[in-house]
Amino acid sequence: MITFDRVSKRYDEGHDALREVSVDIDRDDLVFLTGHSGAGKSTLLRLIMLMDRPTRGQVTVDGRNLATVGSRAIPRHRRDIGVVFQNHQLLFDRPVFDNVALPLIIAGYDYQEVGRRVRAALDKVGLLERERAMPVTLSGGEQQRVGIARAVVGKPKILLADEPTGNLDPALSAEIMQLFEEFNRVGVTVLIASHDLALISRLRHRIITLREGRLVSGSAA
Amino acid sequence: MSARRLAAQRREGASQSRTGFQDLYRAWMRHHRLSAADSLYRVLDKPLSSVLTWLVIGIALALPVGLNVALDNVDHLSSGWDSPAQISLFLREDLEADRAQQFQQALAAREDIAGARYVSREEALAEFSELSGFADVLASLDENPLPDLVLVTPAGQGGEAASALREELQATPEVAQAVLDMEWLQRLNSLMELSRRLVLAVGGLLVLGVVLILGNTIRLAIESRREEIVIVKLVGGSNAFVRRPFLYTGLWYGVGGGVFAATLVALSLWFLSAPVDQLAALYQSGFQLSGLGIMGALNLVILGGLLGLTGAWLAVARHLVEIEPR
Repeated sequence: MITFDRVSKRYDEGHDALREVSVDIDRDDLVFLTGHSGAGKSTLLRLIMLMDRPTRGQVTVDGRNLATVGSRAIPRHRRDIGVVFQNHQLLFDRPVFDNVALPLIIAGYDYQEVGRRVRAALDKVGLLERERAMPVTLSGGEQQRVGIARAVVGKPKILLADEPTGNLDPALSAEIMQLFEEFNRVGVTVLIASHDLALISRLRHRIITLREGRLVSGSAA
Repeated sequence: MSARRLAAQRREGASQSRTGFQDLYRAWMRHHRLSAADSLYRVLDKPLSSVLTWLVIGIALALPVGLNVALDNVDHLSSGWDSPAQISLFLREDLEADRAQQFQQALAAREDIAGARYVSREEALAEFSELSGFADVLASLDENPLPDLVLVTPAGQGGEAASALREELQATPEVAQAVLDMEWLQRLNSLMELSRRLVLAVGGLLVLGVVLILGNTIRLAIESRREEIVIVKLVGGSNAFVRRPFLYTGLWYGVGGGVFAATLVALSLWFLSAPVDQLAALYQSGFQLSGLGIMGALNLVILGGLLGLTGAWLAVARHLVEIEPR
């Protein structure tokens, strides 16, 4: 589903974020991506969603070589991928419902369909009663769940998460991870970047480890 | 495994539900409606700053448009005098009345003269005393100071033909003086032409100003929503999607500015109409100020809207592309 073939990324300042990384993530898999901060986890996710382009090597997502995706086609590419951010990236001047609805509005669904899908997604993350609430009135865990609802509302084939439990206590973190496992169970390929080794090693999924931009373990399934 | 198959089916259902040109068109229209309504709501949500923006645009548009309306009125007023040009022939004082009439008939018969009217000195005096209000003074004169007069209307149009005719008639022995009543009209016309160009130049500058003001307003709107733009781009919003609400914001500011401009012009005309009517009455004229009219006002609003769109487009083209998720 996601293939990295000898991918390197050097930033303009000369910093090598990724060096010769080759990795294959199968369809319907759930994979953790770990390593110290600065090891290249975020860069890897950024390359998948085309926030950056690799300096060398080739990234393939869902059978499509990303080098062939022009800048005008980036929005369409991103619509096929659900992303959960560490800092949530919510619109703080809009209620929960509007935040979750955003990908559907962009994709152009009619209002009935939007309402149906948003409520289904909110129900899934247990926030159905808070659809009119403003994000600031929610706790950190709840905000993260709004972010997850937004990531899955368009029913993407791929779900990426960058440190989704970064600011949460262990109990909440476990709940969030459980949510990701549920989505994976219904056929979504999930890639989660996390440095919370204690948590992810308990979950018995494949773990890819990066160190200073190099892949040190987990290259094969 | 069955759960996965179910999920796969569900995915296919999702992609099928939004294919087809008609669906795309509907989605496009839906987002236009949404952007238009959302932008209007945002503009109305800050009434004070929006009214200020509208006023600035309104004043900048009302100034050249108002001047143009004033020039139209002067044009309208002077068109009654415009043509045909007339040559006044003051006949020599020692010319007898029947010789003068013969002269008038000879002139009237000429091909290059459309008409010649003989005004005897007595008629001229009567008309003058009636119009001038100096009847008493004139009656006290011993002798009629006015000469006999023939008013000649040239057949051809154009000032040069009339001038040539005047020269020729001046040379005839019956004529003491030939005067072409056109010079001041020519002066007025060239003055009008000059004023029109000035208004056009000032108008051009002010229109440019309006576009820049709107561009700057939209730039500030973009800055204040920078985070939102980043998020929308992160979840797959295209540049067109991000651009749309800002274009509508520009449109609303421009349209509002046009409405303000039309109102300002109408108010100024209303303010001027009473003294103008008074002045016209003093000159025994039925002249009335004419305003923009419904179509003129509508055109002004449309112009405002177009300027708003242009300003917004400039701002969006420059600043929106720079905002990318980092």
